[in-house]
Amino acid sequence: MGKVYGVVLAGGIGSRMGNAEKPKQFLEIGSRPVMIHTLEKFVIHPGFEEILVLSPKAWVSYTRDILKKYLPSASNLVVLEGGATRNETIMNAIRYIEAQGALDEETIIVTHDSVRPFVTHRILEENIRYAIQYGACDTVIPASDTIVQALDNESISDIPDRKYMYQGQTPQSFHAKKLKETYEGLTEQERSILTDACKIMVLKGEHVHLVQGEVSNIKITYPYDITVAQALLGLETEG
Amino acid sequence: MLNAVYQLVRPRQFEVTFSELGLNEDAILVRPTFLSICNADQRYYQGKRSEDILRQKLPMALIHEGIGTVLHDPSGTYAAGEKVVMIPNVPSEHSDVIAENYLRSSLFRGSSMDGFMQEYVSTRADRIVRIPDTIGNDHVAAFTEMVSVCYHCLSRFDRTAHAKRETLGVWGDGNMGYFTALLLRTLYPDATLLIFGVDMEKLGNFSFADGVYNVSRIPKDLLVDHGFECVGGNAAGQVINQIIDHIQPEGTIAILGVSEDPVPIFTRMVLEKGLRILGTSRSGRTDFEGLVRLYAENPEVVSYLEKMVGAVVPVRDVKDAVTAFEMDIRKGMGKTIMEWY
Repeated sequence: MGKVYGVVLAGGIGSRMGNAEKPKQFLEIGSRPVMIHTLEKFVIHPGFEEILVLSPKAWVSYTRDILKKYLPSASNLVVLEGGATRNETIMNAIRYIEAQGALDEETIIVTHDSVRPFVTHRILEENIRYAIQYGACDTVIPASDTIVQALDNESISDIPDRKYMYQGQTPQSFHAKKLKETYEGLTEQERSILTDACKIMVLKGEHVHLVQGEVSNIKITYPYDITVAQALLGLETEG
Repeated sequence: MLNAVYQLVRPRQFEVTFSELGLNEDAILVRPTFLSICNADQRYYQGKRSEDILRQKLPMALIHEGIGTVLHDPSGTYAAGEKVVMIPNVPSEHSDVIAENYLRSSLFRGSSMDGFMQEYVSTRADRIVRIPDTIGNDHVAAFTEMVSVCYHCLSRFDRTAHAKRETLGVWGDGNMGYFTALLLRTLYPDATLLIFGVDMEKLGNFSFADGVYNVSRIPKDLLVDHGFECVGGNAAGQVINQIIDHIQPEGTIAILGVSEDPVPIFTRMVLEKGLRILGTSRSGRTDFEGLVRLYAENPEVVSYLEKMVGAVVPVRDVKDAVTAFEMDIRKGMGKTIMEWY
């Protein structure tokens, strides 16, 4: 079996977080920053060779500081600088693995949003298993709302059957070398429409297996999400 | 770290909630792998406890029988990846006289604190016991706790009962009766072991016993040196009184079955025969250690216990947990195991 790397994307600069001073991954839930909760799930999982934390350039030192503070004994955490886009950030992680001489046909990356701290052991476990088995997998939950498509952003062009619709979460996991080669094979125009990493594989007709996510595996995006997260922890929320 | 805890919020309804765990603290983190459902869990799940008790205890994660894998031990006592059985009794003090499972200050998983239906169980080093590789069956290992309760009873019986142990009787043809009888067979191989029950099909499982009897057709002159009550519930009184009828003077009656209500016992005959009544409940670390040793030294015990493994249900979410509990309600005998993902 190849080596498995965690790739935790802490790219957000927090522009959607109201008046919060810090990017959302650094806000606290309970007694720790969101990102620390997320990383602890990776650190405790025995399957990861290294966990690569991709941070915006301006926050790299800060990230290193909080890792030292909250996870002093975790020896397999590496902080790297993120790229201009989500996929460029993932490519930075793969380039790091390559530079270590560890990138081969079997190397697996489990990419995950640093702002999804409720990811479970099972979800990580199944991502590793299905990435090994199928080459790529995406964590999803069945869509609870009807999805409406409006190609002109003004009127409905289609209402797809909800039973085939899912909401994407993370992790998304891949054979790292295959992902890199596929990404490099895309045209500029194809790259410009990518919204996430799985689409790289989908555009080239590759099989991407579904992993059952959890409704609780929420992404901390808005101030409201912090309130929800605190409530899931059974903590009193302000206001 | 945000640890998913699957709590029963009201009868037949589980919900996920989260607790905060830290890797810097002293606690050992165990990832549950196989969990076993007990009748005590079912009483909560089906809402068979009193309304007051349910209101007081829920929401709470159920399950006090289970094994897991050590993921993180800051003390270095356990290596990551070691397979362990988890002890549900959590004492907060030590007594030289009172065993840990009888200390009123002790907490118990799935009764006075969250049980093992969690993503990770945060525990102390003295609340887990290594499972040697020689015990190859994880499904059997999952219900070690229940067998340890019988082991605990027999340890106390061994210390307190008189030395004549030629004929031993077990009342109860369910799981508790089976486990108690199997341990008696192992610990007292020369004794005549008799089982008393109501279901001849279930009694047929006790192939290692010297005789099985329907409780309505016990020969009048049949006498045992000591008797073990493994029925509980509403029938406990009838059973204890039947043991009183069929026990030799100065014998010990060990009670393992849990009753919800007070039970009338014919105390005149208890006095006339000079009987000892031995109450036992739950178990502690020494019982787990002793039982794990017994499993390792007597592989045939594990083999007999494999017959008691009922449905093994993969549980990946609360819906699966409900499926497992509902299947468990419909079972005749044996243990329902949740393979925990």
